[in-house]
Parts: sequence; structure tokens; C-alpha cells
Amino acid sequence: MNINVTLFWQMLFFLAFVWFSKKFVWGPMIGALNERKTTIADGLAAADKGQQAEAEGVKQVEQFVAQAKTQASEIVSNAEKQGGDIIDEMREQARAESERILAAAREEIETETNKAKDSLRGQVSALAVAGAQQILKREVDEKAHSDLLDQLAAKL
Amino acid sequence: MASSGTLTSGEYIRHHLTNLTFGPKADGSWGIAHSAEEISEMGFWAVHIDSLFWSFAMGALFLLFFSRIAKRVTAGVPENAQGFVEMVVEFIDDNVRSSFSGKSDIVAPLALTIFCWIFMMNFMDLIPVDLIPLILEKAGVPYQKVVPSTDPNVTFGMSLGVFFLMIYYSIAKKGLGGFSAELTMHPFESKNIVLKILLLPINFFLEAVGLLAKPVSHSLRLFGNMYAGEMIFILISLMFGSSIILSVSGGALQFIWAVFHILVITLQAFIFMVLTVVYMDMAHSHH
Repeated sequence: MNINVTLFWQMLFFLAFVWFSKKFVWGPMIGALNERKTTIADGLAAADKGQQAEAEGVKQVEQFVAQAKTQASEIVSNAEKQGGDIIDEMREQARAESERILAAAREEIETETNKAKDSLRGQVSALAVAGAQQILKREVDEKAHSDLLDQLAAKL
Repeated sequence: MASSGTLTSGEYIRHHLTNLTFGPKADGSWGIAHSAEEISEMGFWAVHIDSLFWSFAMGALFLLFFSRIAKRVTAGVPENAQGFVEMVVEFIDDNVRSSFSGKSDIVAPLALTIFCWIFMMNFMDLIPVDLIPLILEKAGVPYQKVVPSTDPNVTFGMSLGVFFLMIYYSIAKKGLGGFSAELTMHPFESKNIVLKILLLPINFFLEAVGLLAKPVSHSLRLFGNMYAGEMIFILISLMFGSSIILSVSGGALQFIWAVFHILVITLQAFIFMVLTVVYMDMAHSHH
């Protein structure tokens, strides 16, 4: 148990080893450990963010679906309304058309009736003249009696 | 038991407790001492070659292994060896974080070096006491103490290394004034300037004793434990020279003591490390 210069050699080794350990062991090891720590932390944060984004996405999709649903029902109701409108319009048009056709037909009937009446009148007056001629056995001056005949025809 | 049957128990034990010493001989030449008398004649300039060799070898082994792993360290998935080194590094890091409050990039590697190196040196204690000395004796080496931490020079060398680091960081962190104030203004304090000056020598005496006791207790704790453990191994191995029954029970005892010693060597390395961290914390913190 002699205390001698061994002590100082040991102290020298000690300080050299501490220096070496700091430079070549502790530095790289703790660096790698910290790097892994940050990598893990980043990964966890990214996972969290991903989960959040997913939840947000689901919410958004739900919103979209709801929006689409309301939009679709709106479109359907609009279409229904528009269809009804069109039907109403067509109905109206058809009625107007039929009325027009009816009116035209009536008018035609009337003119035809009038024409027939007129021709009938002419024929009746001619018949009347012919009858009168037969009865009188003589010529009736058409010129002299045309006023009379016209009056007669107008009365028919 | 040692090779020659002519040794008495006392001689055997003394032989085991003698370092391989290199130093200046009485005739002026330098060489290896072959007897206890020669060693004591060498005085202060002698060197314990065995202590230094084994302590250097153990430290170098630890540093080589760790630095090899650290060189190709990856932040990705670690291989097994890296996992082991990481475990040790994180263990040290946790301990330093829990007992060191300041900020320093030297305390953690210091603690790592101390823990692993002292563990390795202590581990030499688990190698059968006679194995290496016997082999080397055949090669003509007169003495061999393979457990460096049973040499007070080694433990004192380390504790003094810690002590100087402590003084250095005390002065670097608090300034020379702050450090001297720490040594002279406590534990007795006074607002009165006259009283302060009167208390100064008392405070300095108390603080100086406390300060100087640190490296002494630090190193003697390790040395004492390891020396005692080694001594028990030597005493147990004395039994192997006698009857068969004693040899067998000696073997059983050696096994039991070795198992117990696994705890002791780890614990002593750990205690030395924790005390170092605590001393460094004291050096860094302000009162």
C-alpha cells in the first residue's frame, strides 16, 4: 500500500479517458438518442395530425352529403313544380287552342248558314217568280218587279 | 494456492497484496522490484505496472467497445450491441439528470466513464485470484495484482481527478471570489463586518476539512470495499491447499462470495459515479 507516482498516471489516464468518452462515445450516442426521440415525437405528432385530418375529412364528407341531399331534394321539388307549371301551361294552351278552333268552326258554320240562307233566298225568289209566272201565265217584268222580289227575299 | 508449496499462509497473502513495481533501485538503476524491501526502498517514484496496465486495459476495452458502437450508431432501429450501449447511456443520463441540476456537457460523459471503467476494474475481482498471477509467475513476473481498484493509487488518482474537475468548475462557474466566499462565509454567517472577519478562519477551517475529506472518502470507500472483497477471495483460496473437504467447501464459499460480489462491484461503481455527479453538482450550483 504505497502511495507513489502511479496515482498521477492513473489521474492522467482518467482525464484522457473522460475526454475520449465525451468526444467519441457520449456525443454520438446521445446525438443518436435525441435524433430518435425527435423522430418518434415527429411521428406521433404526424399521427395525431393525420387522425385530426381524418376526423375533419369525415365531418366534411358528412357535410357534403347533407348538402347534396338538400340540393337533390331541392332540384326534385323544383322539377316537380316546373313539371306542374308546364302541365298547367299546356293545359291552358290546349284549352285556348280548342276554344279558338271551336270559335273558328262556329264562325264557319255561321257563314255557311248565311251563304245557304242567301242562296236559298235567291232560289226561293226565283221559285216564287217561276210560280207566279206559272200562275199568271204571263211574263212578269223582272225589272218592274225586282224591287218587290227583293223585298220578298229580304223577308225570307 | 500459489505454485510453490513452501509458502506459508502469511507469505501467500502478502504475495497477493504486493504490486508489480517498477522504479529506481538502490544502486541507481531502474527496474522491477523482486521483494517488499526493494519496493519500499523505491519510494515515491515507483510505478505499479500491474495496476496501471489493468486499469488502462479495462478503460481502453470499455472505450473501444463503446466508441466502435458510437461510430456506427444509428437513430433508426438499433442492433443488439447498440441497444446495450444505449441502455447504459440512458441509465447514466437518467442518473445525471436526477442529481445534477446545472448545465454541463462534461458531467454525463464523466459519469459514464467512471461507472463503466470502475465496473470493469472491479470485475477483475471475479476472475479467480490465482489464475492470472500464476500464469504470469510462470513467465517470470514476480508479483501481480489484477484488480486495479484494490490499489489506493488508482482510486485516489480517480478521486483526485474528480476533485480537480470540481475545483476547476467551481472557479469557472462562480469565479475565484465566489469560490473563496463559499469556503469562508459558511457555515457561520454574520451581517457584521467585524464578526465576519472573526468567523472567517473558523469557516475556512471547517469548509477546508469538508472539501478535502471529499476525495479521501470518495476513494477510500471504493478502495476499502474492493480491498476487503479481494482479501476474502484470497482467504477462501487458502482453503484449497488443505484437505478435500475444505477445498470443496472453499469452492462453494468462493461461488457464494462471487455471486454476492457481483452486487458489490456494481454498487461500488454506481456509488462512485453518483458521488462524482453530486460533487460536480455542488461545484456548479450557487448557494
